[in-house]
Amino acid sequence: MLTRPEALLCSTPAGLYSPAGDFYIDPVRPVDRALITHGHSDHARSGHSRVMATRQTLDIMGLRYGPNFAGESQAAELGTSTEINGVTVSFHPAGHVLGSAQIAVEKDGMRIVASGDYKRRPDPTCLGFEPVVCDVFITEATFALPVFRHPDSRDEIAKLLKSVEQFPERSHLVGAYALGKAQRVIRMLRDAGYDRTIHIHGALAKLCDYYQSQGIDLGPLSPATTEPGSTADFAGSIIIGPPSAFLDRWARRFPDPVSCFASGWMRIRQRARQQGVELPIILSDHCDWDELTQTITELGPEQVWVTHGREEALVRWCDLNDFAARPLHLVGYEDEGD
Amino acid sequence: MEEFAALLDRLVLTPARNGKITLLVDYFRATPDPDRGLALAAITGDLNIANVKPAMLRGLVTERIDEQLFAYSYDYVGDLAETISLVWSANEPVRANAAPSLGDVITALERASRSDAVRLVERWLDQLDASARYALIKLATGGLRIGVSARLAKQALAQFGAVDVTEIEELWHGMKPPFLELFAWLENAAEKPQSLGAAPFRPVMLSTPLEEPDHPRINAEEYAAEWKWDGIRVQLTAEGGQRRIYSRTGDDISHAFPDIADAMDFNGTLDGELLIGRSADAGVEIGAFGDLQQRLNRKTVSVKQLESHPAFVRLYDLLFDGDDDIRPMPFSERRARLEAFVKKLDPARFDLSPLVPYATFEDLVELRRSPPHPIIEGLMLKQRSSAYVPGRPKGPWFKWKRDPFTIDAVLVYAQRGHGKRSSYYSDYTFAVWTGPESEPHLVPVGKAYFGFTDEELKQLDAFVRNNTTERFGPVRSVRAEPNHGLVLEVAFEGLNRSKRHKSGVAMRFPRISRLRWDKPPSEADRLETLEALLRDSEAVD
Repeated sequence: MLTRPEALLCSTPAGLYSPAGDFYIDPVRPVDRALITHGHSDHARSGHSRVMATRQTLDIMGLRYGPNFAGESQAAELGTSTEINGVTVSFHPAGHVLGSAQIAVEKDGMRIVASGDYKRRPDPTCLGFEPVVCDVFITEATFALPVFRHPDSRDEIAKLLKSVEQFPERSHLVGAYALGKAQRVIRMLRDAGYDRTIHIHGALAKLCDYYQSQGIDLGPLSPATTEPGSTADFAGSIIIGPPSAFLDRWARRFPDPVSCFASGWMRIRQRARQQGVELPIILSDHCDWDELTQTITELGPEQVWVTHGREEALVRWCDLNDFAARPLHLVGYEDEGD
Repeated sequence: MEEFAALLDRLVLTPARNGKITLLVDYFRATPDPDRGLALAAITGDLNIANVKPAMLRGLVTERIDEQLFAYSYDYVGDLAETISLVWSANEPVRANAAPSLGDVITALERASRSDAVRLVERWLDQLDASARYALIKLATGGLRIGVSARLAKQALAQFGAVDVTEIEELWHGMKPPFLELFAWLENAAEKPQSLGAAPFRPVMLSTPLEEPDHPRINAEEYAAEWKWDGIRVQLTAEGGQRRIYSRTGDDISHAFPDIADAMDFNGTLDGELLIGRSADAGVEIGAFGDLQQRLNRKTVSVKQLESHPAFVRLYDLLFDGDDDIRPMPFSERRARLEAFVKKLDPARFDLSPLVPYATFEDLVELRRSPPHPIIEGLMLKQRSSAYVPGRPKGPWFKWKRDPFTIDAVLVYAQRGHGKRSSYYSDYTFAVWTGPESEPHLVPVGKAYFGFTDEELKQLDAFVRNNTTERFGPVRSVRAEPNHGLVLEVAFEGLNRSKRHKSGVAMRFPRISRLRWDKPPSEADRLETLEALLRDSEAVD
């Protein structure tokens, strides 16, 4: 048995690297061989020579970067093992966004799971997280503070629908990241019985089409475009777009909009206030504090490596609960996914 | 409790008045008694249950969570009540329907001792969700600040019941939480309640601005002229042993002006302007608006302040002469009664706002241009035949304010607006030059977010986006150099000294009056101009 997990995976300036298998996981700069957990742009970058990821993640990279996003690509079947230079790798659902996977790497009886970004609660637009027993569990820490406890997602969608009813003369502009969050909001609105046309920003169109092609029914969608000078069309409607667009001139076409933002960060009032959000929708594609600590307890790994986010609090929790833990200082990840 | 918490969460983040009113009206509609009335009282500040100290709650929470994790959390969130509400974890699983209502919480807190209150709060924290926990903590520690004035809440009540807001104001002071009779009346389930309180508020009569087309109707025979004093409009009522000083929206401000209340040994209702005197070598003289601010928004007033900043009321009108309601009488008759009434009052606390004699409209133009005292903000023109009616009817009373002051300032920061304006940089911080002539630099003197047209807003927004030098969240700093930048002509009503601002001055009611695309920033005004203006406004005759 390998004594040192660092020989199997370690952190380097280009990202998480396997010295034994000579490959990277979610590298932040172009490398020869990359394994990609999911399609968010801070994890999935273009320009690698060889890329291995789930079919859906490869498709999403193709949509975002064009067909030549990598030299060659290989689709990973979920739950199927592949050998790379004597290291066994396998992909398992992470529950983060469509196509997202944890990557397990194994050699000589040592298994490390790099979970990428993940969440535990149900999401109608992607497969749920599957726990994989391992010696070392690499966890994200985006919301790793006890203040982050995401409320029931359905109640958050109900808040939006109540506001639409309360302010029929206004439009509701929902900021949601283009990959994952936007489609989840749309699908959850449908599940809550909202069947009217939802207007979407142009940046969402290709990804929404792709989700529909993967069998996720998003209902009637229409581009949020308008004849110059007319705003009346959007009164009472829901418009979804990337948050950045709402600060842009694009947003001016809508009548007296209620600005909403679907994000785990909306848990903190000051965050909502600073961003001028009138209706925070606390909806995250990442684990909250309880999900993080429950996952570690459930997996019971020998070691926990904590990355991107509030590492110190989760490491502190691991110390208090007798898990060996350390921060894994990886650079270059933002919270695009939330 | 959950509904109340949801209301607070939305009110805090809703910038527009109408939006807040809609939220309040919907809440009044959906919420049963007594919760809606208690919520109203919590919002208008008519509850007094500040029993629990935040430090006690901090002690409770660190019994349940690691100190270090709490410290990380508090450090990240920045607000103690919010941190506690979010990190709180229940000792035992919460039973369904166990959560207390707002009524349960307030009733129990009103009766509880401080130590009992802490235990109660602890139990409720276990039963509520994060948002309701936050509302509970704010309520129990007396820190409910949600950007809704009592005035706005009354307007929401008026809209809820489809009545005029003056009717609410008139009733308000006889009412106590949870306002059952008030809600019953507003829902047409009962007759309008009688105003039961002694010395109730009587809705005040307001004026409309005098505009160009109105000029021909002004003549000395029909309209009396009076100075418009720049203090605060008050209504003084003394009857049945009660003495009350009301603001013009019906808020009881008696506690802030005990010197006036003590002198109200009359029976009746007076309308006037509360002004502040200033001790001077030659006795007391009228102070500037800044002196008045020394006495405003205080829970208690010190003996020293009573001496250094004594209050008095310059009287405009008489509404009740003893028990005699004279509001239907014409202004000229009420004025005659007022002149007789004032003779019986303490001259150190009450005097008459003099009528200003004039013959022609041109006389008025001249008077408005050069008023005899810096604390005059213009002229009032009152129809001699006018009855005293609540609200703001157009015609009987006009206000004709003097022209505002203006300066040329340089745009230095712009902040994104809210709601309709969230895609625009619509809040502007402007600065004037200071320092040596050879090496001047800009010092901010104020902020304005209106006064421009929609078209000008687009131009301003484009200028900000094309001349950004730095970004701080929703704020951008804008290029402002002697030869490159944008000069704004800013109009304002007056200046106060300010310790909070680096420039040492604060403007009253600043707004953008013109965009000076033609003027280079180097030609904008200097701080000395404002300082001179400040000295003039403080110079008392």
